Parts: sequence; structure tokens; C-alpha cells
Amino acid sequence: MKTAVIVFPGSNCDRDMAVALEQVTGRAPAMVWHRETELPDGVDFIALPGGFSYGDYLRSGAMAARSPILRAVSDAAGRGVPVLGVCNGFQVLTEAQLLPGALMRNAGLNFVCRTVPLTVANSQSMFTASYGAGEAINIPVAHHDGNYFADADTLDRVEGEGRVAFRYADSVNGSARDIAGVLNDAGNVLGMMPHPERAINRAHGGTDGLRLFEAALGVLA
Amino acid sequence: MKVNVYVTLKPGVLDPQGKAIHHALEGLGFGGVADVRAGRFIELDVADGTSDADLDAMCAKLLANTVIENYRIERP
Repeated sequence: MKTAVIVFPGSNCDRDMAVALEQVTGRAPAMVWHRETELPDGVDFIALPGGFSYGDYLRSGAMAARSPILRAVSDAAGRGVPVLGVCNGFQVLTEAQLLPGALMRNAGLNFVCRTVPLTVANSQSMFTASYGAGEAINIPVAHHDGNYFADADTLDRVEGEGRVAFRYADSVNGSARDIAGVLNDAGNVLGMMPHPERAINRAHGGTDGLRLFEAALGVLA
Repeated sequence: MKVNVYVTLKPGVLDPQGKAIHHALEGLGFGGVADVRAGRFIELDVADGTSDADLDAMCAKLLANTVIENYRIERP
């Protein structure tokens, strides 16, 4: 199992993501710098970490989505390689149009940094198969721009196709229909604002994030 | 050639920053403000022969996120 973490200037959850991937696969991921044009050969899983890529200039994730490595990530996603974008990684995936919608400033304008309850809306995806349908889990969030927006038609389609992976159980940031995580139409790209890599060890206060990595990395207990 | 690009949120897209600015104006005693929408102004210094199509592509591909934003290009 070969994994890769894409690192942008301003990423700050890349090492946490690497710890999570290594804990589950037993193998350290390749850390791939944004200027690279190719991913390591035979990569099985790609993670876009949280942080403030390019200082959030222009819009969160906007510059990163146009960086050289994203073309390779987009190609890999098109071939069916699983791609997980967390927080800023989710913003990058929407800006790159690998996922629908956009992430806007939180409705309350505050940076929200706390563990929040989520509902698993789709427990059939490759990322969420270790959860029960409708299961309540707790995962930390830490973001300023997590307010998910898409037009009503897009929201209806995404919901109708079962592509909402997670919803906030309580209102967190004003997201349309409480959407916390969205899948692409093929189901191999997941973007989510909550940080599963921050909930993989009891010392973190919970391990609900661990099961996402176990499912996605094919080592279901 | 200086080109001005105005990026604004689409009608119907909630603008929390505009709302906060509105509240602050009211707090300063400025009544009669019905609504505030915040956007972004970008000034480009481009070659004189730059085509409308190129300017449009710059906006659509990077300067605006057309999921949530409209843009308007103002040439000299």
C-alpha cells in the first residue's frame, strides 16, 4: 500500500496526515511537494492535508488547485485512485472542480476549532464503509472557511446520488444542508472539513477518525 | 494597459462578511443602509493587445470561482 501526502507552502496538517497513514498502513507515505509534476509510481492513495496553502490568497485552496501537482492528482483521481481532502484539502478539491460546490467563510464569521458530532450519511463508500448508516461520530474541526455552498440543483443531485458522506449533527458553520463531507460521482474522491487524522488515538480524545483510514486503505478490522 | 476586474458574490449567495460590515455601519449610527455586499477588486497590468477572450479566461479559470462569484471586466 503506497500512499502520498501532497504538501503545499502553508500546509500544516501534512505531518498529522502522514502519522495517520503510517499508523494504518505500516509504511510512511511519500511527501510530495506542490511543484512536482508527477506522483510516485504506483501510488494507491493520495491525501490533501489541512492548512493554509499559499496563505489562503485569493480564496482558500484557489492557488493550490492550480499548482503543478494538482494536474497529476486530477489524472490519478480520474483513473480511480482514492483521493482524500481534509479541510484545506477539501477546499482545494472544490477549487480544482474534482468535487462540486465551494467552501465559503463560516456563517458566524468565527474560526471554529472544536470536536463536533457528525452523522454518517453514506456508510457504503470506500471511505465510510467501516461506519454504520446514520452512526454518530465525533471528529474535530478547525476552520474559518467551511461553509459549504452549492446551488439547489447541485445539492439535490449530490444528495440524491448518496454523495453526502457526513453531515454536522449541530450547526457548525452554516453549511448548506449541514454537509460536512462530499464524494465525487465515482466515489473515489472525498472532501471533508472535519479532521479524521486528529482522531486516531485515544490520547486525541477519540478514535472515530481511524476507521475512515482503515476503510479507505483496505485494512478493515 | 490597466484592466479592472470586479469579483462579486452571486445574487442569492449569503455574504456573512457583507452582513458584518452592515451591522458595523449601523453600530456607527449610519441608518438607511439596506444591504451590504463585499467583493474583491483586482487590477491587472497587461499587454496592450490582450484580448477580451484572454481576460475572460483569466477570470473564469482563476480570479473568480464561478460556483459562487460573478465577475466584471472593465477595460480602459
